[in-house]
Amino acid sequence: MAVLSYLEAIRETLRQELRRDSRIIIYGEDVGVRGGVFRVTEGLQKEFGEERVIDSPLAEAAIIGTAIGAAVNGLRPVPEIQFADFIFPAINQIIQEAARIRYRSNGTFSVPLVIRAPFGGGVHGALYHSQSVEAFFAHVPGLKVVVPGTPYDAKGLLAAAIQDEDPVLYFEHKAAYRSLKGEVPDERYIIPIGQADLKRQGQDVSIITYGLMVSYALKAAEELEKEGISVEVLDLRTVRPLDVDAILETAKKTGKVLVLHEDNLTGGLGGEISALISEHALFYLDAPIMRLAGPDVPAMPYSPPLEHAFMVTPEKIRDKARELAKY
Amino acid sequence: MPREKGLTLDLDADRLHSMYYYMVLSRELDRRIWILNRQGKSAFVISGQGQEGLQVGAAMALNPKTDWLAPYYRDMALVMAFGMTPREVMLGQLGRAADPGSGGRQMPSHYGHSGKHILTGSSPVATQVTHGVGIAWAMRIKGENGVVLTSLGEGSTNQGEFHEALNFAAVHHVPVIILVENNGYSISVPQSREMAVRDVASRAQGYGIPGVVVQGSDPLAVYQVVAQARERALKGLGPTLIEAKTHRFTAHSSDDDDRSYRSREELQEELRDDAVVRFREWLEQERLWDQEKEDALLKRVRHEVDDATDYADAAALPQAESIYDHVYGSSLA
Repeated sequence: MAVLSYLEAIRETLRQELRRDSRIIIYGEDVGVRGGVFRVTEGLQKEFGEERVIDSPLAEAAIIGTAIGAAVNGLRPVPEIQFADFIFPAINQIIQEAARIRYRSNGTFSVPLVIRAPFGGGVHGALYHSQSVEAFFAHVPGLKVVVPGTPYDAKGLLAAAIQDEDPVLYFEHKAAYRSLKGEVPDERYIIPIGQADLKRQGQDVSIITYGLMVSYALKAAEELEKEGISVEVLDLRTVRPLDVDAILETAKKTGKVLVLHEDNLTGGLGGEISALISEHALFYLDAPIMRLAGPDVPAMPYSPPLEHAFMVTPEKIRDKARELAKY
Repeated sequence: MPREKGLTLDLDADRLHSMYYYMVLSRELDRRIWILNRQGKSAFVISGQGQEGLQVGAAMALNPKTDWLAPYYRDMALVMAFGMTPREVMLGQLGRAADPGSGGRQMPSHYGHSGKHILTGSSPVATQVTHGVGIAWAMRIKGENGVVLTSLGEGSTNQGEFHEALNFAAVHHVPVIILVENNGYSISVPQSREMAVRDVASRAQGYGIPGVVVQGSDPLAVYQVVAQARERALKGLGPTLIEAKTHRFTAHSSDDDDRSYRSREELQEELRDDAVVRFREWLEQERLWDQEKEDALLKRVRHEVDDATDYADAAALPQAESIYDHVYGSSLA
C-alpha cells in the first residue's frame, strides 16, 4: 500500500475516477495547464485532455452555474473553487439552485455535483485565503458537506461524493495537503457520506471534530495519555448530514465532550453538536459540553502572532481537554 | 405586419396556424388565471400577456426532441409551444400535486418539465442563463446535436450571472441562444433607469458574439433570427444574444399596480402593437385566415382553457407529509 500525502490522495482519486467514468469533468480557475494553484490537478489535463480538465474563466457563479446545467444534462462535474474564501460569489447558485433543484422539481431533476475547495488557515493566507466556510453550507438541507481528515478518508469520501446523486461540498484543508501522510490503498473504495469514524478510543474525554483538527486532536490525546488522561477522538468526516448516533455514543461513553473546530465559535458546528447531545444524552454527562473554536473575529489576520492567536493548535486542544477531564 | 411574403421561410400554412393557436391559447389561459386570482382560487399571477408573439416565434424555430429551454416566469406561450399542455400549466398555477414541474412546491409560472427538456427555474433572476449554458456545454461535450434557448427579461441582464454566462458560452463556443424579452420595465423601473444602453443586444459586443435586435410583435422575424442563431450554434460557432422588443400588458404581477408608474396613454400605445392582433391581421391579409377559422379557433381554445381549469381544480393537493420528500435522492434527510 502506497503512502500518500493528503493532496496526492485527492489527485489520485480524481485520476482514478476520471478513468472510471467518462461523464466526469473537472474545471475551475487554473486547474488545467497549471494543475491548480496547489497542484492538486497536476497532470490531469495532460492525461484526459482539454475537454475533461478545463481552465475556466475567473467567475465563480458561472463555474457553479454551468456545472449545475452540465450535471442536469448528464455529466458529473467536479468543479474546483480555488479557495473556499472565493465561494461566496457562487453561494446563490449553491444554496438556491444546486441544493433546491431536486426539491423544487419534486424529484424530477437532480444535480450530481462535487464542489472541491481548499479551506482553512495557518498557512499565512490572511483574511481571504484562510477561511473555514463549512457552517454556512451545513445549514442547508439538500447539500452534503464533507471534510476529510486523513489521506485514507480523503480518497474514500471523494469517490463517494462523485458517485452521489446530490450536490456535495468537499472541503480540503490547505495545511493538510502536504503535512498529512498515510497509507492509501490503490483500489477504489467508498466511505459512506454521513458516517463518522472513531479515530481513537478513550475513557475520560471525547473530542468531536473534523478536518485538520482530527490530527491535532490526536496529537493532544497522545500528550494527555502521558498525564493519565484517556481521550477519545471522533472524526465526523461529514458535517452534513451529521452522524448523530456516533456523536451520542461517544458522549454517553465518556460523559465529557469537547467539540472542536477551526471555524468561528458562534453558529459553528459545535453549537449543533452540543444541542444534539443536550437533547438526547443530557443525563449521561458529567460536565458541561465545552467548545474550542476559532475566535469570533471576521477572519484570520496575516501577521504571525495574530494568525497564531486565531488558530486552534494541539497545545490549545490539550489544555482545554485537560480542563474538561479535571472538571 | 411589415413582412414580405417571401420571408416566411419554411413555415407552411399549418405551422403558421399553429403559431397563432399557441398565441391565442396562451392569451386566453393567462386571462383565465387572472380571473381565478380575483376569485381567490389562485394566490399569485405573473403574466406573459404582450410577449406571446416572440415566444411562439422562438419556440417554432426549435426542436423539442433535441433542444432544451431554460425559461423564465413570463414564458407561458414559450413552454406551451415547446410541448407543455394547458392542463400542466394550470396544475402548477393551482399548486396541485400533479404539477409536473414541482408538485405544487413552486410559485406559479416557475415552469419546468424534465420529460420535455424544460429546466426548472428559480426566482433569483438570470441564474438560468448559467444553467442553460451548462446544459448546452454538456451537449457539446457529449456530442449531441442540440441547442439550449434560455430567456430572461431586460432587467435581469444587469445581473452578474448574465455576463458571466455569456462570457463563458463565448469562450467555449457553447450552443446556446440567449433570448432577452425586453418589455421595457423591471417591475416599475423603466429601461432608462436600468441601463445606459438603448439595446441590450449591444452588450453582446463585450463577449465577441452576435447581438441581434428583433421586433417582438413580429413572430416571423423572431422565428427567423432564432432559426439563424440555432444554425450557428449547431455549426459550433457559439452563442447568439437576441433581444426582442416587446410589451408587458399587465402589471408586473397580481401583487403590483402599474398605474403608479406607467401612464394609461403609454399602455394604450403599447396595446396597439399586440402580436396576437397583428399576426391575425397578417394571416388574413395573406388569405390564410378568416372569420370562420377565427370562430373555430376561439371555440377550441375556450374549451381547452375550461378543460384545463376544471381538470386542475379537481386535481388533488399535495399531502402535507410529502414535505420531506426529495430533499436528497437517497433516504438521507
